[in-house]
Amino acid sequence: MTTAAKPSKLIKGATGDWEIVVGMEIHAQITSHSKLFSSASTSFGGDPNSHVTLVDAAMPGMLPVINEECVKQAIRTGLGLKAKINHRSVFDRKNYFYPDLPQGYQISQFKDPIVGEGEVIVDVSASEQIIVGVERLHLEQDAGKSLHDQSPTESFVDLNRSGVALMEIVSRPDIRSAEEARAYVTKLRTILRYLGTCDGNMEEGSLRADVNVSVRRPGEPLGTRCEIKNVNSIRFIGQAVDVEARRQIAIIEDGGKIDQETRLFDPGKGETRSMRSKEEAHDYRYFPDPDLLPLEFDQAYVDELAKGLPELPDDKRARFIAEYGLPPYDAGVLVMERESADYFEAVARGRDAKMAANWVINELFGRLNKEGKTIATSPVSAQQLGTIVDLISAGTISGKLAKDLFEIVWSEGGDPNVIVEERGMKQVTDTGAIEKAVDEIIAANPEKVEQAKAKPTMLGWFVGQVMKQTGGKANPEAVNTLLKQKLGI
Amino acid sequence: MMSDLTKFTLAEARDAVASKKISSLELTRAHIDAIEKARGLNAFVLETPDKALDMAKASDARIASGTAGPLEGLPLGIKDLYATEGVHMQACSHILDGFRPPYESTVTSQLWRDGAVMLGKLNMDEFAMGSSNETSYYGPVASPWLPPGWDETKGRAALKGDKKGLLVPGGSSGGSSSAVAAHLCLAATATDTGGSIRQPAAFTGTVGIKPTYGRCSRWGVAAFASSLDQAGPIARTVRDSAIMLRSMAGYDAKDSTSVNAPVPDYEKAVGASIKGKKIGIPKEYRIDGMPAEIEALWQQGIEWLRAAGAEIVDISLPHTKTALPAYYIVAPAEASSNLARYDGVRYGLRVPGKDISSMYENTRAEGFGREVRRRIMIGTYVLSAGYYDAYYVRAQKIRTLIKRDFELAYQDGIDAILTPATPSAAFGIGEKGSSDPVEMYLNDVFTVTVNMAGLPGLAVPGGLSASGLPLGLQLIGRPFEEETLFSVAEVIEQAAGRISLPQAWW
Repeated sequence: MTTAAKPSKLIKGATGDWEIVVGMEIHAQITSHSKLFSSASTSFGGDPNSHVTLVDAAMPGMLPVINEECVKQAIRTGLGLKAKINHRSVFDRKNYFYPDLPQGYQISQFKDPIVGEGEVIVDVSASEQIIVGVERLHLEQDAGKSLHDQSPTESFVDLNRSGVALMEIVSRPDIRSAEEARAYVTKLRTILRYLGTCDGNMEEGSLRADVNVSVRRPGEPLGTRCEIKNVNSIRFIGQAVDVEARRQIAIIEDGGKIDQETRLFDPGKGETRSMRSKEEAHDYRYFPDPDLLPLEFDQAYVDELAKGLPELPDDKRARFIAEYGLPPYDAGVLVMERESADYFEAVARGRDAKMAANWVINELFGRLNKEGKTIATSPVSAQQLGTIVDLISAGTISGKLAKDLFEIVWSEGGDPNVIVEERGMKQVTDTGAIEKAVDEIIAANPEKVEQAKAKPTMLGWFVGQVMKQTGGKANPEAVNTLLKQKLGI
Repeated sequence: MMSDLTKFTLAEARDAVASKKISSLELTRAHIDAIEKARGLNAFVLETPDKALDMAKASDARIASGTAGPLEGLPLGIKDLYATEGVHMQACSHILDGFRPPYESTVTSQLWRDGAVMLGKLNMDEFAMGSSNETSYYGPVASPWLPPGWDETKGRAALKGDKKGLLVPGGSSGGSSSAVAAHLCLAATATDTGGSIRQPAAFTGTVGIKPTYGRCSRWGVAAFASSLDQAGPIARTVRDSAIMLRSMAGYDAKDSTSVNAPVPDYEKAVGASIKGKKIGIPKEYRIDGMPAEIEALWQQGIEWLRAAGAEIVDISLPHTKTALPAYYIVAPAEASSNLARYDGVRYGLRVPGKDISSMYENTRAEGFGREVRRRIMIGTYVLSAGYYDAYYVRAQKIRTLIKRDFELAYQDGIDAILTPATPSAAFGIGEKGSSDPVEMYLNDVFTVTVNMAGLPGLAVPGGLSASGLPLGLQLIGRPFEEETLFSVAEVIEQAAGRISLPQAWW
C-alpha cells in the first residue's frame, strides 16, 4: 500500500510523526455440528476429551474425511466478503510437534485456499469509512488444549477442540490505527454472525486474532512487522496495536531496529512480550495432504449457496437509508447485529421509521446497555415498542409520557394501549379542558400575567403550570397557542 | 481327502468346507498346529489360536445354517500393519508397544464379514519400510526356501540362531509371504507401497497382487506413504489371490482416496482367454547387470503369452529409471509426516524426558528402528524450506511423467505389461544393505513405478533360478482392470506349472 497517510491517523513520536500499519489473521471457528474431518461434536464446554473420535486422537490408520457443511460455511463466508471462490483448493499438512496436536501436523490450506481476494467495508466512525482488503480465507483444523494447572509435575491434554474447523481470514495491511483495527474485527464479526458461519464469541475462543503491526514514517515503505498472537477481545486488539506501535517507535527513535518476531500481548501489564524470533520460527514443511483429494466444486454449487444467503449488513444499511430515510450513521448502528436490525424493522414497518429508529437506538439500546441485556433478552418486544410509537404518532400520549410508558412496559410488561388507558396517561387534546385550566391559572396569577406581557419568555412558567394541573397530559402545542392568545403575546 | 489340510489351496479349502467335506474347525486346527511347529521361521508375531477356534466354530455354525460367506471358515494370516480390534497391532515397531486398537480395519472387517478366520498377526518390516523383513522389531523372518546347498539340518540350526544365511522372504510383507509359502495359512493380507506385496511373493514362489490405488480402503491400516499404500493379498495361486481380493476390495466412505466402483467377481477372470490381448514389453526394464536368468525368465513369459494368443508389443516407458529415486523422495516425505503421530503422548511406548521435547526425542529415538529413523530424516529433509522445490516438487513432476508413460502405452491399446518382478532371486538374511541402504532399495526397481502410477500390479511365479529359487514375473494393468491381470497371470501359472513349495524342514 502506497496511499498517502492520513494526517489524523498519525501518531507523534519524539522525532516526528509515525504511521501504524496493521494486517490481521482472524481465526474464526466455523459453526457446524461436527469437526472439519471427523464426526465428533463441536459443542463448547464438554468434559475434557469427551468430543474425540479415533481420527481426532490420531490413532494409527485413521483417515480424515471432509465435512461438507464446513466447506459450505467457508464458501458462504467468502461470498459475504465479496471474495473470489476457488473451485479447486488443496489441503496441506503443516508439520510440527506439540502435545495438543495429535497427528503431528495440522491440516490446513497453504498454496491453494478455498477463498481468494475480497474486501470488508468498515465504518470507523460516523463520518469515516475504510475498505480493508481480504487476501484469502482458508480452512484448517484447530488444535487441542494443553492444561498446565492440573498437576505439579505433568501437563494434561484436552482434545475436544482438536480438529474443530477454523476459517483463517487474512487481511491486507490496510489498517492504520487501533481504532480501525477494532472496527475491522467488529465488522468482520458482524458479517460472520449475519451469515451464521461463526458465532463470534471471543470469550469462548470462537474468534481470535493474530495482529501484525509495523510502523513507518509517512510515505515510506513498510517497516518490519511483529506478529502478536492470539488476541482474544476487540478491546485487547486495540490496546495491543497501540502498545506494540509505541514500543516499535521507541526502539527506532532510540536508533534501534525491529526484529521480526512473534509476540504475546499481556493485557494485565499492558505490554507485548517476545515469544519466538524469526530464527526460532518453525519450518512447517507444508506439503499436500495425501489422505485428501483436492476439494473441487462447480459454480452451480456456489450459486446454490449464494441463493440461501441472508441480506448482509452493508446491503441492509443501504436499504435502511433508502427505504426508511435513516441517517447513514443510525442505519449503521441498527445493522450492527442482525437481531437489532430485525427488531428495528418490526418496529418501523408501517410507522414513522425515523421515530422508530430514535426509540430503538436511544431508548431501547441505551437501556439494554445499562442493564447488560441484549436484543434477544430485551423485556420490551418489538410489538410493544411499536405500539408506543403508534400512541405517540396518534397524539394519544406525549413524548414525555411515552418515556414513562416505556419504563412501565420495561419493568412491568403489558400492552401499552391498556396501560395508557388504565393509568389515564392519555394526552388531553380537548381545547375546552385545556382552556379551562389556562383560564384558571391566568385568573389566579394576575401579577404574573402583567410580567408576561412585558417579558414574553415568562410564557414557559404558565406552560409549566398548565401541564402540572393537567397531569402532563395536555397537548403542549395546544397549551402554547391558547396561552399566547389569552395573554396577548 | 487330503491328509494335510494345510496343503489345500484357498479355493480347494473353500469348496471342501462349503460342501462339508471338512469342517472349518479341522482346517483351522491344522493351521494352528502348523504355525506352532513353524515358530522358527518367525512369520507370526502373534498367534491367536483361541480366537481362530471361536471364529471357526462360528463359521461351522453358519455353514450348517446355510448362511455361509464367500470365505467361510478359511483361516488367514493378517499383516501387523492392519488394525484388528482388541488384538495386538504394532506395525512391528517398538514404538507401538502394547497397542491394541479399539477398531478393526475396513479390509479385515470385510474378510470377517465374508466368514474368514484369523490365525494371528504376521511379521513385517517396521512400518512396512524394508525389502527383506529385516527391519522388524520382532526380528527377521526366514523364508521356507532353503538357501542353495543347505540341508535341513543346517537350516534348522540357523533358525535357532541368528538366522544369518537363511533366505529372506522379501519385504515388507515377509511374514505374509513366508507364512503362505510355508502353508501356515491359506492366504494372507499384505500391503504394498513400493513392491511390498509383489517382491515377497516373487521371492517365495507365491502370488501377490497390489490392486489399483483406491481399490482397497486404507482405513485402519497404519500409513507409511498415503499416496502409494495399497492393501492386497498374498496367496498360493492366482485363483486364490482373486478370491481374496474380491473380499478385500470395495469403496469405503472413511477413506477419501478410495474409489466408488463396483467390485467384480475376480475369480471369473481366472481361466478366461487372453487371445488378442496386447501385452507390452517395456525395454527400459532391461537394466544393466540384470542376471541372465531373469532375462531368460522374462523371455519365457513372453513365449507363454504369445502361445496363448496374446499379441506381444515392444513399448517404451522412458521415465522408468527416474522412478526409484523419485519414490525414495515421495515415500519418505509422506512417512516423515505420517509417523509424527507416534510421539509417546497418547499410546504405545513412552520414554520419559526432562521436558516434552526430550520425551519426544527419547521416545522416537528408542521406539523407531534404524531404517525408519533414516526415512523420517530423509523425508524431513526433502520437505524442508529451501529443499522442497528441489526434491519433493521435482519428484512429484517425475511421478506425473511416469504416470503419463503408462497412460500413453494404454492409449496405444496395451492391455497389460509384462516385466520381471525383481532383479534377482531371494538373498540371504544379513547379506544386503547393512553398509549401503541403496543396495536394498534397488530391490524395488521394477515395482515402484506401479505405485507411483497408482496402477494394479501382480507377481506370479515364473519358474526357478539356476540354484533352484523361485523367480517371479510382474504384470502391470490398466487402472481398475485387475481382471485382465488375473487372466494373464493364470496363463503364466498354467504354463509354468505350479511351483512346488518346500516341504516342512523347520
